Amino acid sequence: MSVNAFITETELEGTDEGPLSGRTVAVKDNISTAGVRTTCGSKMLAEYVPPYDATVVERLKAAGATIVGKTNMDEFGMGTTTETSHFGSTDNPAAPGHVPGGSSGGSAAAVAAGEADLALGSDTGGSIRCPAAFCGVVGIKPTYGLVSRYGLVAYGNSLEQIGPFAQTVEDAAALLDVIAGPDERDATTREAPDGEGTYADAADGDVDGLSVGIPTELLEGADQGVIDAFEETVETLESAGATTREVCLPSVGHAVSAYYVIAMSEASSNLARFDGVRYGHSSDAGGNWNDAFGRTRAEGFGDEVKRRILLGTYALSAGYHDKYYKKAQDARAWVTRDFDEAFDEVDVLASPTMPVPPFELGESLDDPLQLYLADANTVPVNLANLPAISVPAGETNGLPVGVQFIGPAFGERRIVRTASAL
Amino acid sequence: MTAQTVQRGDLVTVIGLEVHVQLETETKIFCGCPTAQTDEPNTNVCPVCLGLPGALPVLNETAVEAAVKIGKAIDASIPEETRFHRKNYYYPDLPKNFQITQYDEPICQDGELEIAVEGERRTITIERAHLEEDPGSLQHVGGGGGIDTAEYTLVNYNRAGVPLMEIVTAPDFRTAAEARAFLAELEEVLEYLGVFDAGRDGSLRVDANLSIVDGEEVDDEGRIGTEALEAANRTEVKNISSHKGAEKALAYEETRQRNAIQRGRVVEQETRHWDESRGITVSMRSKEAEKDYRYFREADLPPLRVSHWKDEIPIPELPTARRERFREEYALGEEAASKLTSTKQVADFYEDVAREFDPDLAATWVADELLGELNYRDLEITDVAGRLDAVHRLIELVDGDEITAKNAREVVLRGMLDDGDDPDEIVEREGLGKTGADEVEQAVLEAIEENPEAVADHEAGEAGAINFLVGQVMAKTGGSADPGDVNGLLREELE
Ligand SMILES: [Zn+2]
Repeated sequence: MSVNAFITETELEGTDEGPLSGRTVAVKDNISTAGVRTTCGSKMLAEYVPPYDATVVERLKAAGATIVGKTNMDEFGMGTTTETSHFGSTDNPAAPGHVPGGSSGGSAAAVAAGEADLALGSDTGGSIRCPAAFCGVVGIKPTYGLVSRYGLVAYGNSLEQIGPFAQTVEDAAALLDVIAGPDERDATTREAPDGEGTYADAADGDVDGLSVGIPTELLEGADQGVIDAFEETVETLESAGATTREVCLPSVGHAVSAYYVIAMSEASSNLARFDGVRYGHSSDAGGNWNDAFGRTRAEGFGDEVKRRILLGTYALSAGYHDKYYKKAQDARAWVTRDFDEAFDEVDVLASPTMPVPPFELGESLDDPLQLYLADANTVPVNLANLPAISVPAGETNGLPVGVQFIGPAFGERRIVRTASAL
Repeated sequence: MTAQTVQRGDLVTVIGLEVHVQLETETKIFCGCPTAQTDEPNTNVCPVCLGLPGALPVLNETAVEAAVKIGKAIDASIPEETRFHRKNYYYPDLPKNFQITQYDEPICQDGELEIAVEGERRTITIERAHLEEDPGSLQHVGGGGGIDTAEYTLVNYNRAGVPLMEIVTAPDFRTAAEARAFLAELEEVLEYLGVFDAGRDGSLRVDANLSIVDGEEVDDEGRIGTEALEAANRTEVKNISSHKGAEKALAYEETRQRNAIQRGRVVEQETRHWDESRGITVSMRSKEAEKDYRYFREADLPPLRVSHWKDEIPIPELPTARRERFREEYALGEEAASKLTSTKQVADFYEDVAREFDPDLAATWVADELLGELNYRDLEITDVAGRLDAVHRLIELVDGDEITAKNAREVVLRGMLDDGDDPDEIVEREGLGKTGADEVEQAVLEAIEENPEAVADHEAGEAGAINFLVGQVMAKTGGSADPGDVNGLLREELE
C-alpha cells in the first residue's frame, strides 16, 4: 500500500547522459517544476503550475535524472510531521503508523519505501534531517549558500537550503555534487573553497585521527533509547580511530526560540505574496481588494501557517521588533560564535538528530510547542548556516534513530566522511 | 480672536520633499526585464518581477552605479557597506506584498544641492537617497475611479521593478518657488549624469511635507528647531509629478494652512492628494493610522560593498561647474551661461558650435534664436536632436557672412523647424544667398535702365509706376526675390 509520499507523480526524463542517468529522483513539492504543479502542500497552491524550473531541477535534468514525483510535505515547510499538508499525511515506511518526520516527509518516505532512488528536500530548521532520522535514511542540509534556492518557495529564506536524501551516504553526496555550486540567479550562493575530489569521493569511511565533539547541551532531554543508540555510534567512530570529547554550546538553549522568531518573521513576509491576484487560490467572495486578500488567505492557508504568519507579523511589529526579532538576531550571532569556537577545538560535532523517535500519526498535532521543542538539535545548525548530515544509527523499540554530524561552513566533505564510517 | 493678533509676517512656511526618480537603466533593478515603456500590459515581466513563488532578486549593478553617481553629484557620503530591507505592506500593485528598499543603511547620506531663486543661492540639505523597486501600476475602471470606488482595477506589472531612487531633503524650503527650483535643479543634475529621462511618463514623483511655524522659532541662520517642527501639524501632499505641479500644489497648500491659522483653526495632520486638474489639494478620505511597515533585512541580497568601487565610477561636469566655466571660457554673461547650461544637450551643442565659430555669435544663435524658436513651438532641444547638424550649418552660413542674420532667423531657421528643410535648400530656393542679393540688385538697375517712362512717371508722382518696376524685377529674377525688398531697393536707387 502506498505511503502517500507523492502529491503529484511525474515522469520527467533528463535530457543528457549524466551522472544520474537511470536514477529516479523525488522532488519536494516546494521546489518549482515547469509545467508540473508545485503546491507546497497547501490548498493555496493546489493548482499552481510554475512556468519555470528551479535551478536544482535544471541540474537534475542535465545530470540525466528522471523525476518521478513531487513529494508531500508540511504546508509551506511548517511542521515536523508532514501532517499539516493539505494532501493528507504520509505514513512512515520504516515505522508504519508513525509520522515520517517533516517537513520533507514525502521525500524521506519515497526513498525509504524504494519509490525513488534519491530525493530532494529543503531544510529550514531540520526539515531534511528530521525525516531522514525518522525514516532511517540519509539526509544532508548543506552550508547556506552552497545550493541555489532559485525556485524554492521561501519559508525562512535566511535559514533554508535544498539538500539530498538517499539510502547511502555516498549516494546522498553524489546528489549533492549535482546540485551544489554558484547560481547567478541566487545572489546568496557562493563558490565553496576548493576541496579534494567530489563529495561522493569523501565517503571513504576514513575517520582515523578525526576529533569529534559532543555538545552536552544536545543530549539534554533526549529519550534514553535515542541516547543509547547515539552512544553506540560514538563507540563505532572511536573504534575506527576517531577521538571524542565533550564540548559546550551554551547558547543553544536559546536556539529554538530564536529560530522560531526569525523563521516566522521571514515567513510572514515571504508568504505575503499569496493574495490571489497573480496565481494560486483566489476567493470568489468578492468585496474590495482588502477583503478579497483576507478571504483568499483565510481560505487558502491551514492553521499552522496562519499561526506562524500571525506570530511573525507580531514579532516584527513596531514596539515588539526589538524585543523579539532583534533579540533573536542577537541570539543567532551568539549561536554562530559558539559553533566557531567549538570548531577551533574539534573537526565535527555529533548529536542525536532528533531527541525522540517518530511520533505516532496524529499523536502530536494538538501541541505545537512540544513539537517546536523537538527541533532543539536541528535548528542551531540553520541559525549558524552550517552543513549537517543525518545518518541512521539503529533503532529504539523498533523505531529508527538518526545521528547528526555538523561541520564548519563548507565542511561537507568532512561530515560525509564521518557519516560514511558508520 | 487670533486672526487679528497674528500677523502674516509672523508665520514661516516649512517644506521638505521626498522625490522618487526612475533611474535610466536598460533592465529592471532585480531582474533582466527591459525597463522600456510599452503599451502592451504585463509583457516586460518574468518570475522575479511578478513575485512568483521561489523567484529571487539579483541586484542590477547599473542601478547601483547610477545611485553612486547621484551620491557623488550631491556630495553625499557613500558608506562602505549598504543593505536592502523589506518594507511590508499589502497593495495590489506590489507583486510580493513587500517592497525591496533601503532602510537604515541607505547608499547616500548627508548630501546637498545648491539652488538659485530670484538670484539668491541657497544650499538644500539632502538627508538621504536610497535605491528601491518601483511597484506596478493600477488602472481603475468604472465606478468612482478610485481603488475603493472603481468597478474593478487592472494591474500592469511592466513598471514593477524599475529602479527608483528616493531622495529625501531636510525641511529646508521656505517657499513653494524654492521647492520648484530644487526639483528643476535636481532634474538637471540627474540628466547631466545620464541617469534620468524627464520625458518618461511618471519618471518623477514627489511627496511634500508642509507646515507653518511661528517666526520666533527661526534662528539667525534661518534654521528651525526640531521641537518646533515636530510640534507643528504638517500635511503630506502626494501625487505631484512635475516641478511646476510642485510649486502650484505647495502654494495652494501654504495658502490653505495660513488661512486656517489666521482664522484660528487647527491645521490637521493628514495626507492630502494634489488634484492637478482642479488645482487643489484634497484630504485623502481614509485616515490611516501611522503605518507599520515592519522593516527587516532582505536576506536574499547580500550586503552591498561599494567602497572599493565608487572611485571607479566617474561623473561628468555638472551644471553649476559648467555654467562657471562657460562664463570664463567663452566670456558669456550670467544669463547666457545659465540658458546654455539649462540642459546637457543644449550645453553640448553650444560647445560644439562655439569651438568652431565665434562664441558670441554661437551664444546668440543657440541661446536666443534656437531656444527662442523652440520655446515658441513648445519643443525641447531633444525633440530636434536629429536637426542639430542643420542648425550647425545655418550658423556656419551666418558666420561666413553668406546670408543675412535677418534672413537666417526669419526664413531659414523657421523653415528648417517647421518644414524640416535643409538650410542650403532654403537659401537657394528663396534666393537668400548674398550672391542672390546681387542678382536682385542687378535686375533693379536693369529695370530702371530699360523703362525710362516708368521712371519718369514715378518721378512725376504716379503711384502705380513703382509697382510696374517691381513686376519687371520679379520677372527678371524668376519670382525668387522678395517683392518688399525689391520695392525698397527701387526706391533707394530712384532717389
Ligand atoms: Zn522581470
